[in-house]
Amino acid sequence: MLHDDTGRTLFEKSRPGQRGTGEIEWDVPRVGLDTLVPAKFRRKKAPRLPELSEGEVVRHFVNLSTKNHHIDKGFYPLGSCTMKYNPKVNESLARLAGFTTLHPLQPAETIQGALELMWRLERMLGEISGMDSVSLQPAAGAHGELTALLVVRAYHLSRGEDRRKVLIPDSAHGTNPASAAIAGFECVTVKSAPDGRTDVEDLKSKLGPDVAAFMITNPNTVGIFETRVEEICAACHAVGTQVYMDGANLNALVGITRPGDLGFDVMHFNLHKTFTTPHGGGGPGCGPIGVKSHLSAFLPSPRVENHEGKFTLAKPATSIGPVHGAFGNFLIMVRAYAYILAMGPEGLANVGHTAVLNANYLYAKIKEGMSCKFDGPYMHEFVLDGSPLKALGLHTSDFAKRLMDFGVYAPTIYFPLIVPEAMMIEPTETESRETLDRFAEIFLEVLRECKESPETVHSAPHNLPLKRVDDVKAAKDLILTHPFE
Amino acid sequence: MTHRFIPRTLVEEKEMLQATGVERFEDLLPAIPAHLRLARPLDVPAAQSEMALSRDIRRLAQKNKGMTEIVSFLGMGWTKHFIPAAVDSIVSRSEFTTAYTPYQAEASQGSLQQIFEYQTMVAEIAGTEISNASLYDGATALVEGLIMACACTKNRKQFALASNLNPRYREVAQTYSASNGWTFHDVAWTADEGALDRASIESVLATNSGKIAALVVQTPNTFGLLEDLSGLTDLCKAAGAVLVVVSDPLANLISDPPGAFGADIVVGEMLGLGLPTSLGGPSLGYLATWKKHLRQMPGRVVGRTVDAEGKRAYCLTAQTREQHIRREKATSNICSNQGLMTVACSVYLALQGPKGLEEVAEQCMTRLAYVRTGLAKAGIKPLFAGTPFQEQAFRLPSGSRARVEAACRTAGLLPGVWLSDLMANVPSETILVCTSETHSKSDLDLLVSILSSAGGAA
Amino acid sequence: MSGSIVPEDLKYAPSHEWVRIDGDVITVGITDHAQHELGDIVFVELPEVGQKVEQGKGLAVIEAVKTVADVYAPADGEVVEVNAALADSAGSINADAYASWIAKIKISGPLSAELVDAAGYKALL
Repeated sequence: MLHDDTGRTLFEKSRPGQRGTGEIEWDVPRVGLDTLVPAKFRRKKAPRLPELSEGEVVRHFVNLSTKNHHIDKGFYPLGSCTMKYNPKVNESLARLAGFTTLHPLQPAETIQGALELMWRLERMLGEISGMDSVSLQPAAGAHGELTALLVVRAYHLSRGEDRRKVLIPDSAHGTNPASAAIAGFECVTVKSAPDGRTDVEDLKSKLGPDVAAFMITNPNTVGIFETRVEEICAACHAVGTQVYMDGANLNALVGITRPGDLGFDVMHFNLHKTFTTPHGGGGPGCGPIGVKSHLSAFLPSPRVENHEGKFTLAKPATSIGPVHGAFGNFLIMVRAYAYILAMGPEGLANVGHTAVLNANYLYAKIKEGMSCKFDGPYMHEFVLDGSPLKALGLHTSDFAKRLMDFGVYAPTIYFPLIVPEAMMIEPTETESRETLDRFAEIFLEVLRECKESPETVHSAPHNLPLKRVDDVKAAKDLILTHPFE
Repeated sequence: MTHRFIPRTLVEEKEMLQATGVERFEDLLPAIPAHLRLARPLDVPAAQSEMALSRDIRRLAQKNKGMTEIVSFLGMGWTKHFIPAAVDSIVSRSEFTTAYTPYQAEASQGSLQQIFEYQTMVAEIAGTEISNASLYDGATALVEGLIMACACTKNRKQFALASNLNPRYREVAQTYSASNGWTFHDVAWTADEGALDRASIESVLATNSGKIAALVVQTPNTFGLLEDLSGLTDLCKAAGAVLVVVSDPLANLISDPPGAFGADIVVGEMLGLGLPTSLGGPSLGYLATWKKHLRQMPGRVVGRTVDAEGKRAYCLTAQTREQHIRREKATSNICSNQGLMTVACSVYLALQGPKGLEEVAEQCMTRLAYVRTGLAKAGIKPLFAGTPFQEQAFRLPSGSRARVEAACRTAGLLPGVWLSDLMANVPSETILVCTSETHSKSDLDLLVSILSSAGGAA
Repeated sequence: MSGSIVPEDLKYAPSHEWVRIDGDVITVGITDHAQHELGDIVFVELPEVGQKVEQGKGLAVIEAVKTVADVYAPADGEVVEVNAALADSAGSINADAYASWIAKIKISGPLSAELVDAAGYKALL
């Protein structure tokens, strides 16, 4: 190494007087900031931003990038996150100037292609999910949940019903109760049954005319299908409760069954999961919602309408209004649209099919070492019970860190909460058998280490840019910006 | 049944089913009642080759008229600035695009350090101590700021909202308020300057004493004018409220930032700094605040720490605020944010540095001044006096809009936002013109000549 | 957990609070077992002096790195004193859970019927 660059920030590399852009030409008379900005407004202390040449900036970020695991490099078995391959053509199409240079306040007649793409994507998602109408506006899955709950609330209010409770299973993603609370609802927890599915009797005992919605993930967060889904929907509908499907695990169902056909009233999609748009190190996502016709009138405005090939924007009076300043994460929609075109009906059927096959195949190879709390077959993912590690003085987090030494990412850990020391593995359909075989070998090897040399696991990782990161110190000391001086 | 994105041959499939202990794929689905399974192919277009689908999507792109073909003076938070090539070069790297949220710190130091640097730059620009790791966009950042203000004031639910706030942002806040019980009280603008009316603030705070969670103001305001923020925190403190400021980060380069006035929560849109306008998404919402408000702050945040050998390291921290731990008591429901957009923004800010950004800001203001001077010659005046940044509302003669629009259509020009389409209480012929460094002198001359002739001929 | 410390002179709630009774004022903290389960404690959200509390409702919030736990009031009453030192040294609960009390409550009603003595609490662990 030329020099140890560990963690050195832009600010420490900065040298006053340098910059990475050239001066822009002046073709209009320059009058100067002193004339343009009265002294009372002028900024007194310049922000301490880095001062570097273009090459230094590029090298800084390229070096940072090499410290990331990413799907183009290796396996990413993060349960519930659906880390599948992101097709390259989607990236180049999303960069077309005909999309990137559009402004959200342009007149509709100048964005006909964009509106047509959105209109078509809405219908494709509607067909894939069995829902009657779709809004693409929510910018992420959690935003979709919140939007859907606002739609449900508006629906109930339109019928003169001020329902204030939302039922949520104890196995749910944290976003479900958080979204319900932000939308002004009271959350009531529904228990899981011993088989890992919803305890339908507990659900029924909590349903009533004050319950606005039941939010359920299907397949649920332990990777199994809610077999009694029809009964669940019927019980909810009997008291007017809307049934919401968290679409985080939709990948398992694509081409196999449709949420709309199962009885759900409303759901969200994660285009950044099921529809291969890249995760971007945390975002942007896109969290469209689909609804049955009785909820359509309440979807966020503006709505794209198609009048014989002429696309317009409408603002229905019954709409909840906008939930985003513009149309949502439009360039993510372009990517998802390209993906669906690439797949076609057979390709989409192959998604759910191979995702389910891969998960069950991988589990079959691993289960001799570690098993699930709930019985399979599983859908697209399975959740291992890591509690046997405790007897060896280890935790799931140790196991996860050690896995990363072998060039794969760790599974999702400590979720769902109903499985102790949980380790949630989702291979997705875009992994080859060879990768799954290799991962199973690695997994069993680490398990052997847990028994034979637990200290190796306890002190992992050993082969990554850093050793175990001290997250306790981070939480105690809270250094959230570069400490200048 | 093979597909280019799915590495599975029929032979492999058969062997894998065997290894799994079943004969047919359907045997893996006993949990799904047979009558609930889809018995037909999905009714979506047939699979297309990469060549064919690219042709289809290029055709859609070509049906749009983007800012490469149209000279546009639209702004309102989605501002077109020049983006150096290095930005897209970095942001296209799959190490950034195809990484997940950096939960496993040891395999995610690249994203983590980059976000830490982004947080630092946002806080520096806003003049505060800390920033989160991003929010969806400016409008939802405002909503998060309001939720946070409630938490900072023991769950007060009313707001004093500047009437000259971005009307799109206000609409989004309105959507949320339908369910969570928020009430908004309007703060008027002054008749001469379109600025915050201090008497109106005092009156709203006094009338709703003990109930207002936050005073919410915007600078530059929707008329494009810098607001004087001095003294606002004192008014808020006296009322037990917090100050939320929606602020344009580029304007903060030349004017004192909200943090310098003690604003508790600063929110807004970073899109102009490194991102194309993209029909408004993906954009980049920001939220900057102070350590004392950290536990009420929404969204992820990265902290600096060390590894087991004492080497500098970064990881997500203060996570007990977040939905995956705090569930219904979380400060926000946000999970996925706009991570990749912070890469673009970080690279842009690092390239520009303080001097480059100040220069861009000066370019924008100078070009607006050039337009203002040109329009004044035709008798077209700004709606309000005041100090504009890169955007300004101009009052065209009544009845001139149709003529202006027709002339602009012919010339391939979008002259700005017709404010009365989005806001009450503004004259119908008010147009909000946004200039940036990307507008050449001839673009500006074209705008001035069209507005002057069509608008001035009334 | 057999290794946890459970002093004989305190009462315990099944939700892992300890309670010291001194007339009509009770002192509340979390048990050694609880601190061990939570791991490194980084922050305590304390109630305010004068705040009214209800039996079984939240009194304080304990934050560890990746988990958070509510501390419940064992009786109705009013907070008369808080351990302000915890604001800067939440980790002292890990060091000595019984010295690091959280709040003192002047009670206005009966103690929770669920409180047990040391032997009873040990049986729960």
